[in-house]
Amino acid sequence: MDFDFYLSTMWSVLKALPLTLEIWFFGIAFGLIIATGLTWLRASGHRLGEYFTRGYVFIFRGSPLLVQLYLIYFGLSQFDFVRHSPILWPILRDPMYCTIVAMALNTAAYESEIFRGALRAVPVGQIEAAKAFGMSAFTRFRLVTLPIALRLALPAYSTEIILMTKATALASVVTIMEMMGTAQKIQHDTFRPIEVLTCAGVIYLLLNLSIARLFAWVEYLLSPHLRPAPEQSQQVKPVPEVL
Amino acid sequence: MPASSAAAAKAASSPDDKAAISVKDMRKCFGDHEVLKGISLEAHKGDVISILGSSGSGKSTLLRCINLLETPDSGEVRVDGELIRMKQGRDGHQTPADTRQVERIRANLAMVFQSFNLWSHMTVLENLVAAPTHVLKRPRAECLEQAEALLKRVGIWERRNYYPPHMSGGQQQRAAIARALAMNPKVMLFDEPTSALDPELVGEVLRVMRSLAEEGRTMLVVTHEMGFARDVSSQVMFLHKGEVDSVGEPKEMFARPPTQQFKQFIANFNK
Repeated sequence: MDFDFYLSTMWSVLKALPLTLEIWFFGIAFGLIIATGLTWLRASGHRLGEYFTRGYVFIFRGSPLLVQLYLIYFGLSQFDFVRHSPILWPILRDPMYCTIVAMALNTAAYESEIFRGALRAVPVGQIEAAKAFGMSAFTRFRLVTLPIALRLALPAYSTEIILMTKATALASVVTIMEMMGTAQKIQHDTFRPIEVLTCAGVIYLLLNLSIARLFAWVEYLLSPHLRPAPEQSQQVKPVPEVL
Repeated sequence: MPASSAAAAKAASSPDDKAAISVKDMRKCFGDHEVLKGISLEAHKGDVISILGSSGSGKSTLLRCINLLETPDSGEVRVDGELIRMKQGRDGHQTPADTRQVERIRANLAMVFQSFNLWSHMTVLENLVAAPTHVLKRPRAECLEQAEALLKRVGIWERRNYYPPHMSGGQQQRAAIARALAMNPKVMLFDEPTSALDPELVGEVLRVMRSLAEEGRTMLVVTHEMGFARDVSSQVMFLHKGEVDSVGEPKEMFARPPTQQFKQFIANFNK
């Protein structure tokens, strides 16, 4: 085994990690914003809002991210009004921005479904108790519905984030030299696919391992009520006969 | 209505007296099924009214219509003389006219649920403090102090930092009662508070409820606990198929059941 080659490849691919993380971060950040809007639209009970979100999820969940990325990067620039728009063109002529837009639009479809499911899974009794104690709709949402729904959404959300980490590799097809793009270039230069792709794969694995651990830790912090009860050091006193 | 007693007479003789809760001719349908067929009820300060009835008689729905967890189809609810204003919705059903008013009134009507419904992501202490600080806007320190006192009173102060899933049903229900008390409510609504409990845990909850009755709290209690209804309440109301079958002073009701329905109902319990 050629350790020197492994090490130099590892180092070259790692140097592209910041770019991968940049796509990843902005993709999921904008995705989260769009998903929040979609979830709100869906939950608002407005019929038009529901049709819109269902259509959105149908399109962006139903077609491959690669197709969406190509359509945004190669497709939209075919339209004159896009090329002449002072707002759209600076974004859509840049492959980096295009990747972020495609990832955000795509992940928002999945995340809005995750959030919708989590909101629906909040036990009715918990919300009824909040109503019965006179909480306003906003207070109810902030103190009861949201904290419970977030805990319910977290496992599925972390999976979606991991999928997005892997999806950043698609940026390589629109000329971005992130980790996958860099790995492919080295592979083409050296004709040593096994070593190069193994290096890239290992880095993605370690990256996803850290992300998964991070989410597991957050989940642990947020769910003391699901862990075993604390040691019962003190015996509970019976209710006194005369209160 | 073969009402027999002093309580009914009191209601009849002083209709203008500001009742803590008065319900007039309440009706509620779920689809084609008419659950409440015109129920009236009046509770004065200090009254403890036990609402009895077999499953499906509408007793829980009645309680839930009073604090608008269900919206009654017609009829009026007054709390401390204040009418809960309703308006006609587009689909022909009425809806509350003013959500703010409903929220303000609900804050005065603390409810204790059959399945406790403590907020599972909060500790017991946080459960007791949440509504007083966020709904009544009372200072947190003061609420914490009151919460600890209430937990001592119901005997679970040692569990103040526990999460609800870590406690027995009886402890959870006592915490839920303390949570209701923390609102300093004018009226307490109990929706079958002991029905979800193991038999050996029922006593600890009933003991707390009895002490509340003794200190003069106004309570509406939907229950299957005949002992509580007979010994603690000031009035018993028996619902049958969505109507008030009989109402009266408990000792007399149990000694001489005024209707065949009620007689049968208590006979089933004494088997």
